[in-house]
Amino acid sequence: MKHRSALIGLIALLAAGSALAATGPEKLSDPRLEARATALQRQFRCLVCKGESLDESNAQLADDLRRLIRTRVAAGQSDTQITDYLVSRYGKVILMKPPLEAGTYALWFGPLVVLAIGGIVIVLVIRRSRVGAA
Amino acid sequence: MTGEIGQVALCFALALVSVQAGAGLFGARAGAEGARAVASGAALGFFAFVALAFGALTYGFVTADFSILDVAQNSHTLKPLIYKISGVWGNHEGSMLLWIFVLSLYSALMTLAARGGARLTSAALGVQGLVGAAFVLFILFTSDPFKRVDPMPLEGAGLNPLLQDPGLAMHPPMLYLGYVGLSASFAYAAAALITGDAERQWARAARPFMLAAWIALTLGITLGSWWAYYVLGWGGFWFWDPVENAALMPWLVATALLHSSLATERTGAFRLWSLLLAIAGFSLSLIGTFLVRSGVLASVHAFANDPERGAVILIMLGAAIGGALALFAWRAPKLEGGAEFEPASRETMLLLNNLLLCFAVTVVLFGTLYPLALRALTGEMISVGAPYFAMLFAPAFVALLVLVPFGPRLSWRNGNLPDAWRGLLPALGAAGVAGIAVLAIARPVSLAAAGAFSLAFWVIGASAIDFWRKRQARMLNGQSLASVLAHAGLGITLLGITGATLWRSEAVDVLSPGQTLSVADYSLRFDGVEPAQGPNYQASRAIIEIRKSDRLLGVVTPEKRIYPAEGQEVSNTSIRTNGFSDLYVALGDERGGGRWSVRAFVNPLAPFIWLGGAVMALGGFVRLWRGVAVRVVRLAPAE
Repeated sequence: MKHRSALIGLIALLAAGSALAATGPEKLSDPRLEARATALQRQFRCLVCKGESLDESNAQLADDLRRLIRTRVAAGQSDTQITDYLVSRYGKVILMKPPLEAGTYALWFGPLVVLAIGGIVIVLVIRRSRVGAA
Repeated sequence: MTGEIGQVALCFALALVSVQAGAGLFGARAGAEGARAVASGAALGFFAFVALAFGALTYGFVTADFSILDVAQNSHTLKPLIYKISGVWGNHEGSMLLWIFVLSLYSALMTLAARGGARLTSAALGVQGLVGAAFVLFILFTSDPFKRVDPMPLEGAGLNPLLQDPGLAMHPPMLYLGYVGLSASFAYAAAALITGDAERQWARAARPFMLAAWIALTLGITLGSWWAYYVLGWGGFWFWDPVENAALMPWLVATALLHSSLATERTGAFRLWSLLLAIAGFSLSLIGTFLVRSGVLASVHAFANDPERGAVILIMLGAAIGGALALFAWRAPKLEGGAEFEPASRETMLLLNNLLLCFAVTVVLFGTLYPLALRALTGEMISVGAPYFAMLFAPAFVALLVLVPFGPRLSWRNGNLPDAWRGLLPALGAAGVAGIAVLAIARPVSLAAAGAFSLAFWVIGASAIDFWRKRQARMLNGQSLASVLAHAGLGITLLGITGATLWRSEAVDVLSPGQTLSVADYSLRFDGVEPAQGPNYQASRAIIEIRKSDRLLGVVTPEKRIYPAEGQEVSNTSIRTNGFSDLYVALGDERGGGRWSVRAFVNPLAPFIWLGGAVMALGGFVRLWRGVAVRVVRLAPAE
């Protein structure tokens, strides 16, 4: 139940966000700024989609946020400012790449630990298996 | 009537599969011939009754029998026949029935093939029977596909239009043939532990089923990726979506298992490890089933779900994985001894292959489950998207591809590394030429693309050398041809991924009729949108004329379709391909005054992504076919 109410809250937030963002350019005329906006929209997840970034989604929310990013790029904001704004509004869940912090150390380093242990085991197995080693 | 026939058939199937489980496990004891015969008969009967139930549901869908709730909720009279049939598995209940149907099919094949001796077969059928009984119970109690609805509705609710697609009609059966097919390897591995005879026989017995499952998974994933490419409308082919990952993980483990069991079959080497992989492969299939079916993920695959079903699947998952690992812990220490081999040998290469594949599985597993675990534990929500997987998964695959050519060139036990190097020099040359050519010709200049091309030509070149060398020596058999094709397929897919991601051109604009959009060296003239009527949808169809350097190439007609029965909108992209490069055109939203948003992509080499998948699957098929053919030829004179 807690999750469901959190979800409803999120949807309400997204709806409010859409209403705010619906105006904005679809494409910037300056190719350098447009390239920056395109690079930026790849870093954010379309929150109502399945694993797609803002760059590859038909959802209304994705369209609104693409315009919002362009509005802010055109207004001269830096990539960091835009990222901070989106994170403060939607939470870290909007980042395609999870940040490296206490809660995600296991996510980033867990597989590497598995690789290291596996590597050590394999070296031991290879040494032990040499012909005549036993 | 149809519903009752299906329901009764499922009840008979439950009885028979329970007998299969009991008699099969009892038949694992020495001298229990009677029980084995009973288990075999029960397995065939189980298959027959599940087939009957599956046939009944299919009949219900084809004849639009809306007195069956499942049909009423997921079908519609206006749907074309192919989507009436695919509607059978386009919903939770029907797809669970398909799951069981595939399991019973494998059980029947295991009975008929009777590989690896009577005791092993019997124990394997017993284990299959336990899994089957659990899933039939699950269907009957939580997901009854034959539930009635009264009063009977006059029209059905329709099928999710995204699923009304030829590629996706075939995708679930393929994927299930793979997913569930791994249960056979699991059953043989558990049977080997039960009978205590875990030398080599089980790996040999399981091989054709392992191969069949791997081929089906390869094709299922390839079809799914192709579908995502042409349906989602943005030219992407892989999203690291948890549901895609759920299919990728068993594939990676099955690939590792196919390799390690080569050694196990031959010399009994790594037999514990192969047993563990067989258990892990099916466990990941079950985890995938849980992820997709329980509703913990919001996804196009999730249909209608409820948490109760998720809890039941989780219990079955725990029982299967826990039971198998407990059996492993209890029996494995009694299996002694390993094979002897030198560091430069095929065994070492197989170990490295397994290390890298297992690392890749771990990355995918962490990336898929971590956000769920973090949310459950701390309430914090994070996303794990493509950048995470690109950073961890990609290096593992690069390392794997660097090593792949050495595997088939080093002999068992004691290989000769300098010889292998010398043999691979032409491949190294091809890799160098490819890398330099990419740097010299392709624009924009990309070191990553040059590296990827070198790597792909290294692998494809080595496969070509292997093919030629084996042919000269008249040693080209099913296994060597399989490794040539599968490894080359990997290289081909890498070329496709490289082209479609690094050299992709895109253009998006809002166009009035008569305006043009340029992408790469194509120019697209938008000639407006006309209405079109499909069997069960209405479409807005754009007319777009394509020219390449002023030469008229033709007209494409991307559509936006509205399915009134389901109340959903789906885009239908137009893809023009010359086999090497795709021009991909999608129609976006209407922007008023006859203006429409149009997107166009040029995806160089994109077709290679799926071509590579098909070549890999062909490799598996060659091995399977040769194996079966050789067996038939051997059996014939012995009659």
